[in-house]
Amino acid sequence: MRRREFLTLSAASVGGMLVCSLDRKIVRLSAQSTKSIRIPLRFFTESEAMVIAAAAARIFPSDDTGPGAREAGVAIYIDRQLAGPWGKDRHRYTHEPFDDNAPPEFGYQGKANPQRIYREALKDLTGFNELPASEQDERLKQIESTVFFSLLRRNTIEGMFCDPIHAGNVDMVGWQLIGFPGPQMSNYADVDRHFGEAFRPKPSSLQQVTEVNDIRPSEDEQ
Amino acid sequence: MKTLPPVDVVVIGGGWTGLLMAKELASRTALSIVVLERGKQRQAGDYFATMDELDYAIRLQMMQDPSQETVTVRHNSGERAFPVRQLASFLPGSGVGGAGEHWNGICPRFQPDCFELLSRTTEKYGSKRLPEDHAIQDWGVSYDDLEPYYIRAELLMGISGKAGNIRGKKIEGGNVFEGWRSAEYPTPPTKIPYFSALFRDASKELGYHPYPNPAATASEPYTNQDGVSRPACLYCGFCERFGCMIGAKSQPTNTLLPIIDKQKNVSVRTEAWVRRIVHESAGKAGRARGVSYIDAKGEEVFQPAELVFLASWTLNNTRLLLLSGIGQPYDLRNGTGTVGRNLTHHVSFPAATAFFNKPLNRFMGSGAAGICISDFDGDAFDHTSLPFLRGGALFALSLGYRPIENFGVVPATVKVSWGAEWKKAAISYYDRTGRIGFLGEHLAYKGNYADLDPTYKDHLGDPLLRLTIDWRDNERNMSDFIVPKAVEIARAMGAKEVTPFSGIRKYDTTRYQTTHVQGGAIMGRSPEVSVVNPYLQHWQVPNLFVLGASSFPQNASGNPTLTILALTYNTADAVVDRYLRGPGALLGA
Repeated sequence: MRRREFLTLSAASVGGMLVCSLDRKIVRLSAQSTKSIRIPLRFFTESEAMVIAAAAARIFPSDDTGPGAREAGVAIYIDRQLAGPWGKDRHRYTHEPFDDNAPPEFGYQGKANPQRIYREALKDLTGFNELPASEQDERLKQIESTVFFSLLRRNTIEGMFCDPIHAGNVDMVGWQLIGFPGPQMSNYADVDRHFGEAFRPKPSSLQQVTEVNDIRPSEDEQ
Repeated sequence: MKTLPPVDVVVIGGGWTGLLMAKELASRTALSIVVLERGKQRQAGDYFATMDELDYAIRLQMMQDPSQETVTVRHNSGERAFPVRQLASFLPGSGVGGAGEHWNGICPRFQPDCFELLSRTTEKYGSKRLPEDHAIQDWGVSYDDLEPYYIRAELLMGISGKAGNIRGKKIEGGNVFEGWRSAEYPTPPTKIPYFSALFRDASKELGYHPYPNPAATASEPYTNQDGVSRPACLYCGFCERFGCMIGAKSQPTNTLLPIIDKQKNVSVRTEAWVRRIVHESAGKAGRARGVSYIDAKGEEVFQPAELVFLASWTLNNTRLLLLSGIGQPYDLRNGTGTVGRNLTHHVSFPAATAFFNKPLNRFMGSGAAGICISDFDGDAFDHTSLPFLRGGALFALSLGYRPIENFGVVPATVKVSWGAEWKKAAISYYDRTGRIGFLGEHLAYKGNYADLDPTYKDHLGDPLLRLTIDWRDNERNMSDFIVPKAVEIARAMGAKEVTPFSGIRKYDTTRYQTTHVQGGAIMGRSPEVSVVNPYLQHWQVPNLFVLGASSFPQNASGNPTLTILALTYNTADAVVDRYLRGPGALLGA
């Protein structure tokens, strides 16, 4: 078994309020606090997680339009996905022959699973998180057309807007950003009203709306 | 291989067709029936806490697992095929209920001339107008034959809608281009959300004939002819790719299982992976002896049966016939053989993506709630001077707009796809974007077919099915014609910016188009051009029936489930009323 890796974050390092999802328990840390938080990682090493967090934050930055990948916990979300069946290609057809140069209409035909794609790409991104933002953007532009980047972009969007059960979209910051209320038991009374005006019920997660507490996300599948 | 105690009937596949046939036979006869479903057991109550976009809509938890079995695809017979490594362009289901659990519930009838497409088109436009390598055929059954079965299927699911043609009388507000109906829909139309209402008003203003989409998501509490009740839809917007939280959407588990579970003469065996239909001689008078399958314990067993219904998904039907060596495989080079021919998909694309300056509240909706126009459907408009045949429906559905699938759709003026500028635009447009969809007919061509792949195998070592499929000029020209119409409607709806669909190029396995794949085991009037007769009975093996959209000679513009169920009822009547009284061919070859 590999050495247990943790992502260690101090509130001051990212500035302001930090909200993390620690195995689906939400942890809040304010900038005044001197404590740091150690999040157990399932797939990434600590330095890999720092790089992914920094890259996701360039794809979906935290700025004056609202919170981004950092607040939503995207790096932790991706860590969980990679460690689970999706990261290992458990449900992908993986018989040979593979072909990395297949025409685009046939989708990704390569052999490497998401774990391998991330790990290989991360080798070339050592120290990425130390770069100034503009250099980070330049670096990402250089790899924009890679399989890795398209996965990272997709996973970042997933981590922004998934149900919080998956360790992303912490505190439903993603949903609040776009006015999506999450699953609702009923929109019956409202679906044919509010024409032309924003109707924004308070977001609720699947656990909150169903009061079912043992929902098992796919990344926990053994 | 262990031989199990024989039964009268074995049904392969526990989806809409297999379970409907099992329900009909179990409640109308004393036959012993076994349904073999290779996926997991499911019940209507399983979906209470499954409104999770990531696991269901993105990770596709209800679908067939491609790591076990998939298909390969190539564009023409001269190319090598690539496996579909992750499902995308169509999404077959797995588990009890099959794809009928995760569908949207859109339930139109086909237009009458679809069933006689070759004769009607030739009659009107002459054979010279048919595409050079077309394989268009008549079904061998007419709309009038099927009308009573359409009604039964609509009553089964309690379809919500408004009739546009009752016994020839056109009714404004319904689909005035539809075939005659003997009765109004069982339940009134669904509620119409804002985006769909905008489409209704704009298309009406432009002189079109908007109507509410027929929906299996019940608009009010409903009890069907079997005494099965379902509640009204609550418009949560988690239909497509999900099972219904409350069971308002008609699904095999909430519509058929309640009856099947009460019958003592039928059992549903899950995790039963059928590998072969065991049969004697493939000659003129073949006979199916039963099926061999891998059971839940991983053991291969033989289930003898007097009557076999092959009722798995379209492509699996064709594959099992080929793997079992039943019938002659289609051979493109000389046009001989029938198994695998007439493979069609559906011409499906977002014709116009409309960006508004006001919020649409699109999270609210239901899989089939919305408005359609059929002014450009089938032959509702004259094709004499157009460079294509047939057409399809334009629609504005409000099927629930979920963020992982939809975030990031921005007008063409936004040139970036990540970073601050993109984020700002994507947030701003998230709830101000709507798509006018198009669903049109895909004609059958000689060069689009299915056979067994020479290279790729499933987890048991059986060859995968290989699809040879690509679009032709008819589909491309249809698309070029329809897109400007959709753009015009989008503008009339008040859209500030509109992105037209970029046009059809190669068949793309990565873009979801619909799960409506047809053909491979088609029906027809003679064994030379079809695999099954109009009762879906195999021409050479009369105790084998092949149910589902594999029987469609070509695609029709409408969503296929209602027609699939109507054909299944037709077969059930023929089996109960005629076949069981004197087993044999229902139609002389």
